[in-house]
This record gives sequence, C-alpha cells and structure tokens, in this order.
Amino acid sequence: MHNKSITALAAGLRAGDYSSVELTQYFLDRIQRLDTGLNSFITVCAEEALAAARAADKKLQAGEAGPLTGIPIAHKDIFCTKGVRTTCGSRMLESFISPYDATVVARLKAAGAVSLGKTNMDEFAMGSSNETSYYGPVRNPWDTGTVPGGSSGGSAACVAARLAPAATGTDTGGSIRQPAALCGITGLKPTYGRVSRYGMIAFASSLDQAGPMTTSAADAAIMLQAMAGFDGRDSTSAEQPVPDYSSGLQDDLTGLKIGLPREYFGEGLDAAVARSIEEAIGEYKKLGAEVVEISLPNTHLAVPTYYVVAPAECSSNLSRFDGVRYGHRCEDPKDLEDLYKRSRAEGFGDEVQRRILIGTYALSAGYYDAYYLKAQQVRQLISDDFKRAFGQVDLIMGPTAPESGFRIGEKADDPVSMYLSDIYTIAVNLAGLPGISIPVAPAAGSPVGLQIIGNYFAEARLLNVAHRLQMATDYHQAAPAGI
Amino acid sequence: MWICYFSPTLILPPVITEETMSLDHADVKQIAHLARLDLSGKKMESIAADLTNILDLAAQLSAVDTADVVPMAHPLQMAQRLRSDEVTERDCREAFQSIAPQTENGLYLVPKVIE
Repeated sequence: MHNKSITALAAGLRAGDYSSVELTQYFLDRIQRLDTGLNSFITVCAEEALAAARAADKKLQAGEAGPLTGIPIAHKDIFCTKGVRTTCGSRMLESFISPYDATVVARLKAAGAVSLGKTNMDEFAMGSSNETSYYGPVRNPWDTGTVPGGSSGGSAACVAARLAPAATGTDTGGSIRQPAALCGITGLKPTYGRVSRYGMIAFASSLDQAGPMTTSAADAAIMLQAMAGFDGRDSTSAEQPVPDYSSGLQDDLTGLKIGLPREYFGEGLDAAVARSIEEAIGEYKKLGAEVVEISLPNTHLAVPTYYVVAPAECSSNLSRFDGVRYGHRCEDPKDLEDLYKRSRAEGFGDEVQRRILIGTYALSAGYYDAYYLKAQQVRQLISDDFKRAFGQVDLIMGPTAPESGFRIGEKADDPVSMYLSDIYTIAVNLAGLPGISIPVAPAAGSPVGLQIIGNYFAEARLLNVAHRLQMATDYHQAAPAGI
Repeated sequence: MWICYFSPTLILPPVITEETMSLDHADVKQIAHLARLDLSGKKMESIAADLTNILDLAAQLSAVDTADVVPMAHPLQMAQRLRSDEVTERDCREAFQSIAPQTENGLYLVPKVIE
C-alpha cells in the first residue's frame, strides 16, 4: 500500500478497496513503527487526521471526490496549521499553536488531503542537512548514519520511507531539491510567486517558495495543482493562470533542447554522481532531446550572493520573534531590551543566530551598499545568465547536489562547507526560476538527483520532462531496505 | 522594487578587502546589540571566526564589475499590488492574543519602559 502512487491510492479509494480512515490509520501505524529511527515528524496529528479522513470518506461515498480526497500527506513544520503546533524546527515556537492555516494548508485541505502531521526541518529553514533542528536531526532512511539533506529533511525522509505518499516542503536555496536528491525522491520548487507564501513562516522573502515532495513527477503534478495559484493575501503572489499540470505529462520530447552548463560539471563534482547524471542525459537523448553545452559564467558567485541576501532578509523577518506576541519569552525580564535579547538568544539556535548576525551586519549603516546592494546587483547578473541560456535552450540540467549524503555531524563545525552543498540549487532561487530534482542511478548505493531547471512558470514542461524519464527508468520506484 | 537608502557610504564607500574582513569582539557585540541577541553565554572567538569566514565568502562579490547594473530586489518585475480601501478582515484579536505570553485588556504586557 505504501508504495502506491497518489493516483493508484485515489483509484483504490474511489473503488472502495479501502477507506480513507483505513489508509490514514495504515500510515499512522507505519509512522509509529518506523519514525523513531528517522525522526522525520515533529508532531503527529492522529486525531485530526482521522477526523479529516472520515470527512473525506463522506465525500468519496457521495461521489464528490477529487484527485487528493482522502490521501494522507504531511506538512513541513514551517506551514501554519490552525489549532496544531507549528514549531519551524525551533525552540522559539515550541508551544506555538497557530491561530490560522497557511494558504498551502487550506488549499490542500479543501482538496481533501488528510494531514498526518508536521515534519522535521532545519531550524527556520536554515540548513542543508536537517541537523540544526531543535527537535533533533533527521536520519536518511537509505543510511541512517547519513543526513537526509535540508532544510525539508523531514518531508524528504518521510516520503522516501513511505510514511506518507506526499509532503509539502519549502525551498529558499535548495531546501526541497537537495533533500529530494539525497533521499531519492522527486521534489519541485515552483517559480517564485507561483505558490502562496501566506502562512509560510518567512525566512528570505524574495527567495522562499513552497512545493511538493513525492515519489514521482505525476504525483508532484497532482499536488502542485492544488497548491498553485494567485493568493490576494500574499503580496508577492503571481497573477499567472494555473495550467493543467497532469495533462501534458506524456508529451513527446523530440526536439527538446537541453543545456548542460559547463560550470556544473567541473571541479567539486563527485565522479560517481557525474556518471549517474551522464547516464540520465543519455536517456533523454534516446527520447529525442538535443543536448547542448552552455555557460552560466556567474555560477561561482551564487553561494556568496546568497549568503548576503538570505541572511539579510532573514534578519529582518526574524525580528518579529521578540517574546511579546507569541513564541518563547525568557523568564523574569529586567527591562524591554533584556526581554528581546534573552528571549531571542534562548529561542534561536546557533545557525539561526549566525545568519541573523551576518544579515544585520550586511544591512547596517556603512555596510549596506558594499554588501546587500552589491549582492542584489550580482543577483541580476546571475539571473541574466539564465535569461541568455533560455534564449538557446528549453531546459537546463545538471546534478542537484555535488555529492551524495554526508555523515551526520561531518560538517557540523564548518558552516561554509555546509553552504557549498547548495552550489547547484541556489542560483535557481536567486533567479526565481522553477527547478525539479528527480532520482537517477545511485552512486555507491546512495541516491543521486538530477536537477532540471525551467524558464519562468514552465512547471508543466518540467513535470513532463521528469515524467518521461520516470516512464523510461524505474529509479524513482526504489525504496530504502527495511521500509 | 528599488529601496532607497541614504548612507554615509555614498560619499566614501568602504572597500572590502581581505584585511578589513576580520571581525573582533567589539564588532560582534555591536552587531548582537543591533540584532537584539544576548551573546553573553557564548564564546566570542568562535562567533567572530564563523562570521569572518562567512564574510570572506561574501568578499568574492567585491571583485565583480557591477557598474550600471540595476540591483535585483525581487525575481519577478512586480510592483506592489493595490486594493480598494475597504474593510475585508474581521477582528481576530481574541484568537491571536490567546497564544500570547502575557496580555491584559487586549494589550500585550512587557516590562515597564517609562519609569
């Protein structure tokens, strides 16, 4: 049952093979049995899930079911869920019960999806390994001594371990795509503005984007269909019409022009990962695609640019956590300044504090021009590289991550080394483009992800191209042993 | 969207070089104060070192020629959307304050500011 796609589960529900209550209980039992070894969930909502499942069963019986009615999913704990604890992986929000639902949550609820609970994540979405969570690290189900990637490590691990058929994630510098790659699943970051950020706890407002994490592109299409669309409550929401993401999944790829950036295949890329990517590119050639070498000359500036822009925006966004209206408050504050300083020092972990400090510095008087403004200019150059590339090719491909999973604790003492895990994903956020990671041949037993980058609002094309590889190969169907 | 910021650097921009990158304890203390973070329980040396390493990473940007490049604040060239000046939200104060650390009569309580 846990290896079935959303489409297969939905068919089973409609045919009456099982009820949503049975399906939900099945996944709740799996979580109880298997999640202690993975720590992919922070909060499991058994009662709420079963109540939602009962409501879904009524809809199914009345013949009013949609593609997600009664399907169990999990939400990254960055999405506000009404009446349910929302921690953002932090001590700051340890007891925060959200008074409202994020738009992403509300839309999936309206589509009939059943939320099993909130998944673990790097604190405030800052991390690439899910080791900065206040609630403990998440373990990669393929090898529990390695990291699942981050920041959506919990969602990635839970889908990889088949504890839920799908989960929501968020991606600011690679946080959907990189954990999807390390956990051998499919993860899509839509175009900036495609999915509403309302109720999604903000990290870097010009980079953040929510997206689906599933075992296949076909399932991701179903999830994106429910998630995408203009939202008046998000001032950065794009007024682009939402196409049918599933109808063109099987479209022919003859004549598709794929660009391989030479900068993505140079130094720093693990040889075994490179081989898996080359094999996948070979498959695309068989499907009729033309492969062209391109150049994105400012690629090496992506990580430095990001580590000015993202911390700067995070320092502003996290200033709301001050112990006054919600979240952690220190004991016996002497005065207002003490209230702020100690509540924040106690509530935030080291990585979050590091980024707030960098961001504060980069935005401070005397440094704003040299850091933040400069970074925004370089961001334009990076974005222009992609614009030029999309004049020559339809899609860009390359590895999602430079190496497969590293050991838990291996990079804990070296923040900058950790930052380099996002070397291929970060530029996509800076430009605001959509990107998907899908599993290809493993390297020495560890999952490897192929990243496909599209032009603005080209999610349907990305899903089609990803789906065609998943029709020709079966890497996406592999699941970790013992699951 | 362009954010206008008036800073003394318009007259004399700081030059970011390898040598100016290093942060000392006083710098870290000042930044922490601006960020309202209490670092008293922490090792200043390691924080200063970590921050300096990150700034070294950022220093690579200083060598890039960005003359005449318009800063990109936002991936999509969007302007702030406007709406008609009508009341559309309802009063949710009770729900929002139910999760606050300390409230009284609809007000959030904090330590006394004015003696």
